[in-house]
Amino acid sequence: MSLLAHSLPALFAQAQAFTPPSGSEYMRILPELVLSVFGMIVMFVDPLLDENRSQKSLGTIALIGALAALASTFFTAQYPGSAFWNMVRVDGFSVFFHFLVIAIAAVVILSSYEYMAVQRIRAGEYYGLILFGTVGMCLMSSAVELVLIFIALEISSISTYVLAGFRRHEASSSESSLKYFLLGSFATAFFLYGVALMFGATGSTNIDAISHALHSGNVPVLAYVAVALMFVGLGFKVASAPFHVWTPDVYEGAPAPIVGLMSTGPKAAAFAVLLRVMFEINAPGRFWLIWVSAALSMTLGNLGALVQDNVKRLLAYSSIAHAGYLLIGFAVLRDFGTSTLGVSAAMFYTAAYAATNVGAFAVVSHFANAGEKYVTLEDYAGLGRRSPMLAATLAFFLMSLIGIPITGGFFAKFYVLSAALKADLVGLTIIGVLNSAVGAYYYLRIIVMMYMREPRGEVPVTSAPPATALAIAVCVLATLYLGVFPGRVLDLATQSASQLLRSATTIGATLPSSTGPAQ
Amino acid sequence: MAGAVNLLVQRHPINSALSLVVVMASLAGEYLLLGAEFVAAVQVIVYAGAIMVLFVFTVMLLNAGEEARSGGSRVAILLGIPGVVMGAVLVAWTLLHHSNTQAVSIGALPGDPRDIARLLFHDFLLPFEVTSILILIAIMGAVVLASRPEDIARHHHSQSTEKEAPEFVASGKER
Repeated sequence: MSLLAHSLPALFAQAQAFTPPSGSEYMRILPELVLSVFGMIVMFVDPLLDENRSQKSLGTIALIGALAALASTFFTAQYPGSAFWNMVRVDGFSVFFHFLVIAIAAVVILSSYEYMAVQRIRAGEYYGLILFGTVGMCLMSSAVELVLIFIALEISSISTYVLAGFRRHEASSSESSLKYFLLGSFATAFFLYGVALMFGATGSTNIDAISHALHSGNVPVLAYVAVALMFVGLGFKVASAPFHVWTPDVYEGAPAPIVGLMSTGPKAAAFAVLLRVMFEINAPGRFWLIWVSAALSMTLGNLGALVQDNVKRLLAYSSIAHAGYLLIGFAVLRDFGTSTLGVSAAMFYTAAYAATNVGAFAVVSHFANAGEKYVTLEDYAGLGRRSPMLAATLAFFLMSLIGIPITGGFFAKFYVLSAALKADLVGLTIIGVLNSAVGAYYYLRIIVMMYMREPRGEVPVTSAPPATALAIAVCVLATLYLGVFPGRVLDLATQSASQLLRSATTIGATLPSSTGPAQ
Repeated sequence: MAGAVNLLVQRHPINSALSLVVVMASLAGEYLLLGAEFVAAVQVIVYAGAIMVLFVFTVMLLNAGEEARSGGSRVAILLGIPGVVMGAVLVAWTLLHHSNTQAVSIGALPGDPRDIARLLFHDFLLPFEVTSILILIAIMGAVVLASRPEDIARHHHSQSTEKEAPEFVASGKER
């Protein structure tokens, strides 16, 4: 990619004055460049290695790539500003989500080591798709141009569609992949239609220009339709009700580590897009859309989870419910640019939920064993006695999902709900609190199953290999860190949220001076 | 329009495909009328040319005969027709009353190859480049999902006869 970008300016130099992108502009997409380069290295190395031994080394290459990209986000953070003719913008907000998404990918790669050995799936494409998908997610969080957002959204979605179908010998996996693909394509079509209508309403696809157009005069009706359509598309990606129907089936069939990725990475990226689209352009009519979707997601997610026996399905419904809690943070910003509380709470929630859920799925995928046989609630009976460490970590993650103090989940819920109360959203807060109480029941059901039931003999329990143990440990530490010292991450979130809102308000007030690259 | 209706009504796939060519060609004509010569040419080359050839080849390879006529479901008819009418009315109403449209003279908007090249390789350079990753992913996906299941089964078999991974032995389960 970077090679082509270098040669193109030379081609066009004689045609017209063309200023090639400066070095600092490349710095602004450094994590994406690193990830794509390592994705290609994985693909190149794959055929060179012996097919039976390649899984571990390919995983290591992918892991190194993810860690390098993680490190490069720190460099990128030194170069705030926009790049490539206002296509991407690096600010605190995008760096926060870059860091989050790449960290998720790294942990998922780590927890896939064991899974790859047991399940025997093609390693090269698997790790390659994870890395390329992460490129898409990163671009989603920094793009300020709806066209680029759409392409990035497609990259992250298509790679997850394929990853969902990786258990080729299982019918449920193909079903999962196909369902996800068909419904997801519809959702992206909705999003694209929304983008087209937004272009029709404002004459631009650039978020700054749209924001300016919507601020300057009366808002055309077309813009309302456009926002609604874009919300449908993004609502599907974050699995919020009423666009959630695909979630349980897809999560059930997809490989467990991939579910850990799917339920956090693309979701976090889609939330980033939603934040940018909804707040930076001050989307008209967003409040009730979000309100209804949040209330429905929480209620339907939690009620659905009550009757599940399959742990993966249960966590799928729980992820719908959590999307609902998160959307409360979005609903808080009813008025334009009033407070950073809602945005920072939502950002903190995304981080806490990601740390918890990736960990929970790492445990589930280790326990599910070859062919993912052991995923029903019954199989978890007596796990507390047979594998105390594993059960303890899973119980810890579940407590974080309930929202019990000292876990990240507690502060996440606390911030979101207190932000809602401060914004006088009493109705939504009550629905949220009631739903957390309902949610506690089914999480506790797993814990009760693990600690208070007699173990069933035929379910094998093995100790986790080092890579899986490390992945789980990282998640535990992250969840604990967010639960005990939430201040730093929250400060960071507040800072970037205020940056986001400030840029939104200033753009609203003044015309963007030029579309040229900021150095 | 006639082409589109014919496409849906025709029962033989080849006839439908050929009506689709008519639709594509008339769209190209419309672009031409709007002053976008380049887009019209691309429309003819890519859609009417390349994509339709693929369609026709697929139809011929599959040797598809006439479709059986299926009675549409009642729910689809009951919900679909009012839905389509409502959608059409809504779009028409919005376009007529609420978009601040004014007539634009032909040629005022970018449409010639130079403008498009400028947009594609200057303003939208990054999305253009990023599309290559999208295509790469699509190819990888096709390779993975379309590889024959026997390959995997054989691959799988040859592996399980080899030395088992330690955690696999510990589980004491044979797959």
